[in-house]
Amino acid sequence: MNQWLMAGLLFTPLAWAALSLLLDFRQGRWLSWLGMLIQALVSLGLWVAVASNGGFYYALAGWEAPLGIALRVDGLAVTFVLLTAAVATACGLHAGVYLDPSKSWQRYFWPLFWFLWAGLNGVWLGADLFNLYVSLELISLSAVGLVALGGEAAALRAALRYLFAVLLGSLVYLLGVALLYGQFGTLSLTGIAAVVGADEPAAAMALLLMLAGLALKTALFPLHGWLPPAHGVAKSPVSALLSGLVVKASFYIAARLWLELGDRLGSHTLAQGIGALGAGAVIWGSWLAFRQPHLKQVVAYSSVAQIGYLFLLFPLTFAVAEPVSRLAQQGITLQVVSHALAKSAMFLAAGNLILSVRSKRVDALGGVSHYLPFSLFSFGLAGVSLMSLPPTGGFAAKWLLLQASLASGQWWWVVVLLLGGVLAAAYVFRIYRATFLEDRASDDFYHPPRSLEAIPMLLALLALGLGLVAEPVLSVLALPFEVAAEVAADVAVQP
Amino acid sequence: MSPDLLYALAGVVLCGIGLFGFLLLEHLLRRLLAFNLIGSGVFLVLIGLAQHRNGPDPVPQALVLTGIVVAIAATALAVVLIRRYYHLTGHTSLADDGEAQS
Amino acid sequence: MRRRLLLFLTLAACAGFTVALAAAVLHAAGAALPSALPEQLAASLGSSGVEHPVTAVLLNFRNYDTLLEIGVLVIAGMVGISLASTSSLEDPALRSSDSLLYALQRWFVPLMLLLALYLLWAGADRPGGAFQAGAVLAATGVLMRLGGLPMEFVRPGVLLRLGLVLGFAVFLLVAVAGALAGEAFLAYPPGMAGGLILTIEIVLTLSIGMILLALFVAAPVSDEHEPEEGAGP
Repeated sequence: MNQWLMAGLLFTPLAWAALSLLLDFRQGRWLSWLGMLIQALVSLGLWVAVASNGGFYYALAGWEAPLGIALRVDGLAVTFVLLTAAVATACGLHAGVYLDPSKSWQRYFWPLFWFLWAGLNGVWLGADLFNLYVSLELISLSAVGLVALGGEAAALRAALRYLFAVLLGSLVYLLGVALLYGQFGTLSLTGIAAVVGADEPAAAMALLLMLAGLALKTALFPLHGWLPPAHGVAKSPVSALLSGLVVKASFYIAARLWLELGDRLGSHTLAQGIGALGAGAVIWGSWLAFRQPHLKQVVAYSSVAQIGYLFLLFPLTFAVAEPVSRLAQQGITLQVVSHALAKSAMFLAAGNLILSVRSKRVDALGGVSHYLPFSLFSFGLAGVSLMSLPPTGGFAAKWLLLQASLASGQWWWVVVLLLGGVLAAAYVFRIYRATFLEDRASDDFYHPPRSLEAIPMLLALLALGLGLVAEPVLSVLALPFEVAAEVAADVAVQP
Repeated sequence: MSPDLLYALAGVVLCGIGLFGFLLLEHLLRRLLAFNLIGSGVFLVLIGLAQHRNGPDPVPQALVLTGIVVAIAATALAVVLIRRYYHLTGHTSLADDGEAQS
Repeated sequence: MRRRLLLFLTLAACAGFTVALAAAVLHAAGAALPSALPEQLAASLGSSGVEHPVTAVLLNFRNYDTLLEIGVLVIAGMVGISLASTSSLEDPALRSSDSLLYALQRWFVPLMLLLALYLLWAGADRPGGAFQAGAVLAATGVLMRLGGLPMEFVRPGVLLRLGLVLGFAVFLLVAVAGALAGEAFLAYPPGMAGGLILTIEIVLTLSIGMILLALFVAAPVSDEHEPEEGAGP
């Protein structure tokens, strides 16, 4: 049963990608609705299965880990799978209405969307370093394709910058994989973690390279230059996918590597250094978000800032007591989930606002509060989560991170956490201020369909409610892996 | 020093040269070539280092074949994008008109 | 002055990177741990359905990688044809009536097709396989195109899209069919591995050739354009 659920996650998106390539945009929409339903059910099913029975390993093609490719299905993985199902479904539904079906290139939206989803699920479940590289490339190329769709000069410029950044990131990651394979002769992350020692300069260099490549792909300050143009110029549902999910994939791999290998291959300097870059991202990203003239650029720079918090994982889990490390891991997971929900809500709502006033500029938003209060309210609710006010998921995440910082004696991160919240409030209120100004000459507003307004509201409400259900969400993370051995034994090795 | 290790070290040098080109060159096609140079370097390190340890090893060879196909796909995608960008704007680099994002 | 400083700094950084990496490679080579992987591979090769170990890794032991890799290739081909959204891909400028090229082509095209077939067949027990054969196939197409032969099938219609995705779809079908027959996902039923791998290789060759050719042919660009968000109706 479990393996069918898990295979549903990996293979249905691929099959849907292949099928939707043969259809046009409208037929693809029908097909994709069915696919999103299947994905949602399968993800929920796998989450429930793991929550009740614990995680397991699955050997693809029946070949065990060093020879074949193993998948690791644990609490963290299914949490991300479920998050992906929620956010991608919302973006897919929104895109089905938002995109113009009369353009001939929009038919390629669905295959790219499904390839992207397949790659994301591959990353969450992957436990093989080289397979993760291929999954990452699947994600990167389909994301670049989605940004470039339509082929305008500005979109192409952003897509090319994006493409070069992610390609360099992938290669640097692969270089690290090459060093690890050269030394340990296996590509399985668990296999490497089992044999790696404390004083291994080559392996430490490999970890450093992999983290650097992944940080570039996650747009960690100061490597974030490619993100705002790409996320700002893409269509809103695509921006929501990119900001909500795609940048999290490379961060997820970095976090997995750090948690498995960081205690032996990392160092105090490295951990604090990465944390400092994250802090820099929070401050600098928020400041730039405050200064942007275009609405979606504000949201995109806010992503740079919010990604910064994620990298506090590195100092808060290095050489600290086990309970503190767990607190930090839980806080970061909540931050990923709440940022994915809030930021996709924000991008979708921003898309509606732009559709309504027919301009991308913040100062053109004057008076829109009368005409589109619902979308504006979704935008604000998502903003509340970014400012991390209670009871949002953002608050729960920052609360855990605050506790972890204080318990490990690293008070300086507390400053960053508090300052980040204040700065987030500044850039969200700036948008609000613009929408209430009544200096607009014309009353020429377009009202987007109701369904476009409902989707960001649902996502924003999820982000808001996440703080209230944080306990059950987090309890899945700490599940034991004992059952793993039995399930692995079930999957018979081929004769 | 075995010949395999020599290959790996040649790969290291290629990575360094490629990185230099990638960071400094502004012409998009040249930058793409630099990317491919880094790619070749990484593949050489992958095979050379693994074969230095235990002789001919089919696993890294297969990995490199996969990696080459992925690199070809990425290169082709980049060339298509660059060509279209050039057709629309007449520019061969991203830096031509500054950081205008409109 | 600023430019020279930048040049110097980049050069220094890249040189430092190279030296650090070389040190890491030398250290890794010295500290390498023994690995059981080659023995495991040799032991399992008999049941993989092919004799060449690289093909066995690509299409049996690590076939999920290969499946995703073909997916990446399909994405590139797809984005390529999405940007060339003209109804006809025939570019009159590329039609040549060079008689020398034409004569060469009459010799080369059949030979190259033969070579593609050989590479495909050789993949079972020596270097070769679907990608190499597909690349030669695409090169044949490029040659034909440069010689001005009409190539209606690379028009971005449903036929082209079917061709792009054929290899990927068949691979995926085999992956899931194995599970329906009671094996693990992506595994081949006992005794059928050789035949299934050959089938996959044949359709992959066609698809890879088609994708690479489509990327080459997708050069003419359309003048239609997508309005930017907020640019008005």
